[in-house]
Amino acid sequence: MNTKEQIWSFLDEVMDPEIPVLSVRDLGIIRNVETDAAGTTVTITPTYTGCPATHIIEEDIRSKLKEKGVANFTIKTNISPAWTTDWISEEGRKKLKIYGIAPPEESTPDKSLVSNKPKVVHCPRCHSANTDMVSFFGSTPCKALYTCRDCKEPFDYFKCL
Amino acid sequence: MNENFKKALFDYLLWMGDTTLVLGHRISEWCGHGPILEEDIALTNIALDLLGQARMYLTYAGEVEGKGRTEDDLAYLRDVMDYKNSLLVEQPNGDFAFTIVRQFLFTAFSYHLQDALLSSSDERIRSIAEKAIKEVTYHLRHSSDWVTRLGDGTEESHQKVQDALNEAWMFTDDLFAMLPGDKLLMDEKIIPDFKIIRRKWNDTIKGVIEGAALKLPTETYMMNGGREAKHTEHLGYILADMQFLQRAYPGAKW
Repeated sequence: MNTKEQIWSFLDEVMDPEIPVLSVRDLGIIRNVETDAAGTTVTITPTYTGCPATHIIEEDIRSKLKEKGVANFTIKTNISPAWTTDWISEEGRKKLKIYGIAPPEESTPDKSLVSNKPKVVHCPRCHSANTDMVSFFGSTPCKALYTCRDCKEPFDYFKCL
Repeated sequence: MNENFKKALFDYLLWMGDTTLVLGHRISEWCGHGPILEEDIALTNIALDLLGQARMYLTYAGEVEGKGRTEDDLAYLRDVMDYKNSLLVEQPNGDFAFTIVRQFLFTAFSYHLQDALLSSSDERIRSIAEKAIKEVTYHLRHSSDWVTRLGDGTEESHQKVQDALNEAWMFTDDLFAMLPGDKLLMDEKIIPDFKIIRRKWNDTIKGVIEGAALKLPTETYMMNGGREAKHTEHLGYILADMQFLQRAYPGAKW
């Protein structure tokens, strides 16, 4: 039988399909790993309810655990408590930045309905604070589009949720 | 769970599921047709969020009903007379101004409803609200910003968004319609009284509309009946499109 630590280390090898530098563990979507005589239970949580990657991630975890020879495992999905960007690990944030995606700046979305002053997001390439939001919505549900006024580079920002 | 209560909960969940599903389908029609690339992406992102919410509601509805119907059975194998969505969301996209106004009026409602459902006594509904409100907050900001930009923009954009408001207005009453069974759910503190939601909704939309130099419509004729499955002609066309595959090839799997 595999220990919890082993299962966690296997999960470290499963990469997010949209952001392949982050493991599902870095992303913080693994809620829990339980092992007992009956087998292993991995509980995951979706980032966005409609995120098409959730299904792929589940399949990727399944094939990784099979490849590692883990017997009798089940994957459960749990939506509560809701995932927030706070669940992304420190390590994950560093990897995001190196990959060219600005990590989330704060934990929850700004509740002001009309945003006259969007929060300051630093360019992941030149670190300038002189950036503009192009759109709240980006290439995947979890990202917004920004552009840097100093180095002129467009970039993705992992928006706070 | 007694039968009346079960029926009331099922009806409520179907309405939420159908409303988010139909609106998600409507705005997905903009995919590849957005006025600018960023907006094309924004609308399809929102469509995806709505689809995700619909899946959670319909899955739960199927479980409450207890006849073994899945989210897919409910989405693909019911016809117009069984769909319970609000009338506003089935209205055709029209021009960009109408799409934005429809989205804005619905999202402001959804925001206040989800906010109230955060304290629902039903654990499942509460956890869906916890998840959904994070997304809906972004959606509301998106449509509010557009109403402001268009309303406060050129003479033409102002006129288009005002026309859209006037046109969509008669479907707003229907958003707050409650069925007799809802009383049972309210007594158990599962859902809030929609009168309170309406007051909050009114304050939110009034602030944005007046801030954009637009006028709240004064038209009083209201069309109702979505939750009783009395629809406008448009819903049938959406279902014909959405359900084609399952009707032509029953049981086909992805």
